Amino acid sequence: MSRPLTAWIEGIGFLAPGLPDWPTARAVLRGEQACENAPSVLPAPSILPPAERRRASRVVKLTLAIGLEAAAHAGADVATLATVFSASGADGHNCHALCEQLATDDRQISPTRFHNSVHNAAAGYWGIATGAMAPCQVICAYDASFGAGLIDALGQVVLDRQPTLLIAYDSEYPEPLFAKRPVPDVAGVALLLTPERSERSLASITVTPSSASTEPLADAGLEALRVAIPALRALPLLQKLARGEAGQVCLDYLPSMQLQVVIGPC
Amino acid sequence: MTPLLLSAYTATTCLGRGLDATREALRVGRSGLAPCAFETVQLATWIGEVAGVDAEKLPAALAAYDCRNNRLTRMALETDGFAERVREAIARYGKARVGVFLGTSTAGILQTELAYRRRDPETGALPDDFHYRTTHNSFSLAEFTRDYFGLEGIAMAISTACSSSAKVFAAAARQLELGSIDAAIVGGVDTLCLTTLYGFASLQLTSAQPCRPYDAARNGISVGEGAAFALLERCAQPAAGSVLLLGTGESSDAYHMSSPHPEGLGAKMAMQAALRSAGLSAGDIGYINLHGTSTPANDAAEGKAVAALFDKHVPCSSTKGATGHTLGAAGAVEAIICALTLTDGFLPGSPGTENVDPSIPIDYLLQSREGKVSRALTNSFGFGGSNCSLILGVAP
Repeated sequence: MSRPLTAWIEGIGFLAPGLPDWPTARAVLRGEQACENAPSVLPAPSILPPAERRRASRVVKLTLAIGLEAAAHAGADVATLATVFSASGADGHNCHALCEQLATDDRQISPTRFHNSVHNAAAGYWGIATGAMAPCQVICAYDASFGAGLIDALGQVVLDRQPTLLIAYDSEYPEPLFAKRPVPDVAGVALLLTPERSERSLASITVTPSSASTEPLADAGLEALRVAIPALRALPLLQKLARGEAGQVCLDYLPSMQLQVVIGPC
Repeated sequence: MTPLLLSAYTATTCLGRGLDATREALRVGRSGLAPCAFETVQLATWIGEVAGVDAEKLPAALAAYDCRNNRLTRMALETDGFAERVREAIARYGKARVGVFLGTSTAGILQTELAYRRRDPETGALPDDFHYRTTHNSFSLAEFTRDYFGLEGIAMAISTACSSSAKVFAAAARQLELGSIDAAIVGGVDTLCLTTLYGFASLQLTSAQPCRPYDAARNGISVGEGAAFALLERCAQPAAGSVLLLGTGESSDAYHMSSPHPEGLGAKMAMQAALRSAGLSAGDIGYINLHGTSTPANDAAEGKAVAALFDKHVPCSSTKGATGHTLGAAGAVEAIICALTLTDGFLPGSPGTENVDPSIPIDYLLQSREGKVSRALTNSFGFGGSNCSLILGVAP
């Protein structure tokens, strides 16, 4: 009686250390160029008015960059898209600043810092920037956040028959939280998922539970990124997409539940 | 959507532990709010604190999860026989077929706030006994619950501020509809912490008095804490009188980080989506449990949206004057309050509210009263413009 978690991928957005966008990541994943060892570069979000652009935090810049890249890749109107955000943590720098101040005698924290502290802050700014009033989900599953976001996004596509933009991303904490949660940099993956095949479809994706183990990526630099940043647990899937290959990959999700991802050709 | 059975449910707030304490307080109009004396907080505000949370002990094997939020999680799971019903479901369906979908806004961030007072004076390092993953992280309550029951299937936390634990019902309903799982533990847990108390105060959104939702003189919220859980299952032939989830609706304001759309546009879209999902029209709803935070802006915007969609004789109330605003737990707490109104045949009033705002044309209940309704709608709205409405009903 179970219905498969399945959709078509129409657009991809990507940003990671040394990999500023999907075309670069695609070339590296195809083995056409080497993965550069460099910090993530966040573009200024042109969609925001200049004052907001200057104030935008790293997670806001990150999610706008990858979300808009995936939508542009698919030629989709961002104002109409349902979204699923999934992140292993909120804005780490903002969280540190709040905790630091709350440990002093002056606890009069900034109201802006407070509303930016919510896990769904980047999702909220996405709505304000794009005008999208469609449902917006915001998930956390620690290291399993990419898988959790993928499961809910596919569920929405299958049941609601609407294009849904999955934006999986992470950012770093400064010290002293960094020592407890050493995510090294910002990175993220966005996939525009649609219910029907179209001339823009890149591949189909079907997800089932699995007890298999994930194969490490052959490129040591990419494998280090996959393990260090939860959103980049998606890299084996992206490698298939970059190479235009059909087939199966296993993605890390939770203890005793991995995700078997079948990529179908277009 | 296909209706889903709430085969077990429980709620713990400042009104007390479990369903009996909750229904008794709501029937007599008792509020659990008290002047803030939490931790070292010095704010002129009232809060809804749950008694006895810090006396709760976690199982030794799960000691790394120990924090106020997971203590309340365990306390609520072990109330009203809920954990027993979960174990029965696991025996029925298997460990991989029972999902966990929990909402929170701040999880165990209090643990981090306290750890920042104990940083190493030389290095600034946090103490060794501080565990980020199992306390602070938004997933900690879902991972704790998954490990508590030894589950091996789908789990996720949803964190959209004050709509979090309404949206878990929608996410779980999707996976149940698809057949990815056979049952889901849904709910929400949020506990008092300095971030939210000082944060809402910084936005001038806390009241110096107990909150007064929909009162003409309302001037802010009373922060509360709470935990509520439901076990959701598919059910072809629900027994008469059982409580069902009939519809869910989600939307975004796309307007402002901490203020609602002034016309309640996003709120209206969420309620309309819930009605569509349930295959119902506005006239089918017998009671509305409002988000009703008691800020001037929220209640005005929500009131406009409700008045635009529903007949002005539909009884409505916010129960936050009783429970306080339990933030990420509010959606689940208020879904369970709707379940009680459906099964017990009463409509909760609004402790604290004296003079209903005359500019909001809805039938707002000041006092609890008898009333048998078969379908109730509950609203939850959060920072970032995140809106979710749920419709619950009672099986004929």
